[in-house]
Amino acid sequence: MTNPPPTDWTATSPPVDDAAIAVNLTGITKRFGDVTAVNDIDLQIADGEFFAMLGPSGCGKTTTLRMIAGLEFPTEGSLQIFGVEVGTQPPNKRPVNTVFQNYALFPHLTVRDNVSFGLRMQGTNKREAARRADELIELVQLSGMEKRKPAQLSGGQQQRVALARALVNEPQVLLLDEPLGALDLKLRQEMQTELKSLQRDLGVSFVFVTHDQEEALTMSDRIAVMHEGNLLQVGRAEDLYERPESRFVADFIGQTNLIDATVADADMIVLTNGTKVKAPNPHPAGTSVAMSLRPESIEIGRPGTVPTEYEPTSLPGVVKSVTYLGHALVYDVGVDWIDLEVRTENVPAEQRFTVGDDVAIWWDRHADWVVPNE
Amino acid sequence: MSTSAGITEPRGWFRRVLQANAWLVYAFFYLPIVLLVIYSFSDNRNVGVWGGATLDWYREFANDEPIKTALGNSLKIAAASTTVSVVLGTMAALALERYKFRGRGFFDALLYLPVIIPDVTMAVMMLLFFAEAAKILGFSRGFSTITLSHIAFSISFVSIVVRARLAGTDEKLEEAAMDLYASRWQAFRYVTLPTIMPGVLGGGLLALTLSLDDVVITQFVTGGGWNTLPVYVFGLIRKGVTPLINAVSVVMLVASTVLVGLSLLAQRIRGGEPV
Ligand SMILES: Nc1ncnc2c1ncn2[C@@H]1O[C@H](COP(=O)(O)OP(=O)(O)OP(=O)(O)O)[C@@H](O)[C@H]1O
Ligand SMILES: [Mg+2]
Repeated sequence: MTNPPPTDWTATSPPVDDAAIAVNLTGITKRFGDVTAVNDIDLQIADGEFFAMLGPSGCGKTTTLRMIAGLEFPTEGSLQIFGVEVGTQPPNKRPVNTVFQNYALFPHLTVRDNVSFGLRMQGTNKREAARRADELIELVQLSGMEKRKPAQLSGGQQQRVALARALVNEPQVLLLDEPLGALDLKLRQEMQTELKSLQRDLGVSFVFVTHDQEEALTMSDRIAVMHEGNLLQVGRAEDLYERPESRFVADFIGQTNLIDATVADADMIVLTNGTKVKAPNPHPAGTSVAMSLRPESIEIGRPGTVPTEYEPTSLPGVVKSVTYLGHALVYDVGVDWIDLEVRTENVPAEQRFTVGDDVAIWWDRHADWVVPNE
Repeated sequence: MSTSAGITEPRGWFRRVLQANAWLVYAFFYLPIVLLVIYSFSDNRNVGVWGGATLDWYREFANDEPIKTALGNSLKIAAASTTVSVVLGTMAALALERYKFRGRGFFDALLYLPVIIPDVTMAVMMLLFFAEAAKILGFSRGFSTITLSHIAFSISFVSIVVRARLAGTDEKLEEAAMDLYASRWQAFRYVTLPTIMPGVLGGGLLALTLSLDDVVITQFVTGGGWNTLPVYVFGLIRKGVTPLINAVSVVMLVASTVLVGLSLLAQRIRGGEPV
């Protein structure tokens, strides 16, 4: 992780050095009729960064990407690529290229002609374009398939052609819209690794759209989480996972237990059952909040086995269900007013709890995190 | 057509009836054609009486000035109307398939009209239209009116065939082309056109066939002694049928079959070579 500077605990969107900004969105809004697909977002993507845009279906990821590509023009706001305002420039005037969701390879052209297309359109002569296309075809390990048509390739091979076709133009920013969405799991993981190392070698910014959070977390330098056209949070994987700024992000990234609470005073919150918990991050007194507690940060034991230092952050409960995952066990524990998910390492059968067991659960005071409810 | 794997083959008598039916249908279709072809080689003025084999009728066809003029007219009109209707029909297909605009649904329905309404209705409409237009613009009926009316009905067929093809191609392809530095025109020229080319060719051949075959509309809108081949043949029949008509029909039949065959072939093959 070279690019994003380390963050402090409150600002989870690290400021980026001005000169190194590849893409700069300021107050970008896109409306289709009365649908607001993208709502007033500010976003900076650094040069050479692997940047992911993550969010549920319909949250505006593709629309944002298409605006950067020039396939859609913003309704409002400013869009700069390396300091140049490109808001209403057509796509063929921008130093960016796109790997489309379903590749959009030209079916009537061979692999080589697909890859050399961009160069040909820019006026490179046929021989030179073919030579450089072949270099890229080699880079994506498709040598020997130059003369095939896209229909004669597997999904993974088509994906590589799409990648080569975009990269041959040496774009300053490469946009990828769910490029791995159509691949099966194994191939997907292979391509993740390949894409990541390709990006590192080329040093070009990749803007990568996905709704697969694991993909986003493992591949990216930074991630933007979008929801209903809004940009909720931008940060590194651990920022989003450990220090979410909203209930949605806490819930969306990984598994978590969200326990409703009210802020008593700056760093003390009160759970629904009256338990007082010291909050790691302050919120204004009186606000309705939720305490996010990851299933793996909760310990489980027999009643009365709670270590004294954890007494203030412990609750009695009853095991409601047990799920065996092989490497882990997931307990559904009913405490006084809600059910909590607890995840532990697998243990020998006689040490496992079974449904109906009375248990105690506790967590480290620093493991919880408070997010506003609104 | 071939039976699909899941359906059990009909057996016994039922199967024999089906087979007999198939033969009957084919006989119904093709016996007249076979007869037509056979008698075009018959050395007897009366159709239906075999007088020994001869190529005289084809020779007569080749030496008959009015027929050759009519054939020439047919070809000129077909060439002109096909060219224009391919361009306009393709443009209409693109507009309807790719762009949203006010009144698209209406225009869409309108485009199918010439396919649906009877030839005679179309012919009368055309005639009335040209009669009115002639008053204002002062042109005479003939080549131009025939060509215009052929264009009018061919556009529909061309755009239907091209649209079918367009519907099967991905709109994203044009975006991909523009993302790869193609201008709008280049995207059309190097990506859209090649992918819809089979449809354009197929539509064009269809238009050509329709124009070459049309009798009804042409007969209504013609004037100034302009005759196309089918109209001329139609006139000949009134004077009595001779195997000459058979010979002419066979030539037209072969030409039409070849064109339709090419049209089907064109729709099947993938787009041509690139950039
Ligand atoms: N051309 C359009 N016309 C009208 N509405 C549109 C158009 N394109 C997108 N939208 C709407 O804008 C919103 C955002 O769409 P977008 O395609 O950006 O979502 P997404 O985050 O990419 O979703 P997915 O993960 O399903 O691809 C959606 O509600 C969508 O219906
Ligand atoms: Mg999308």
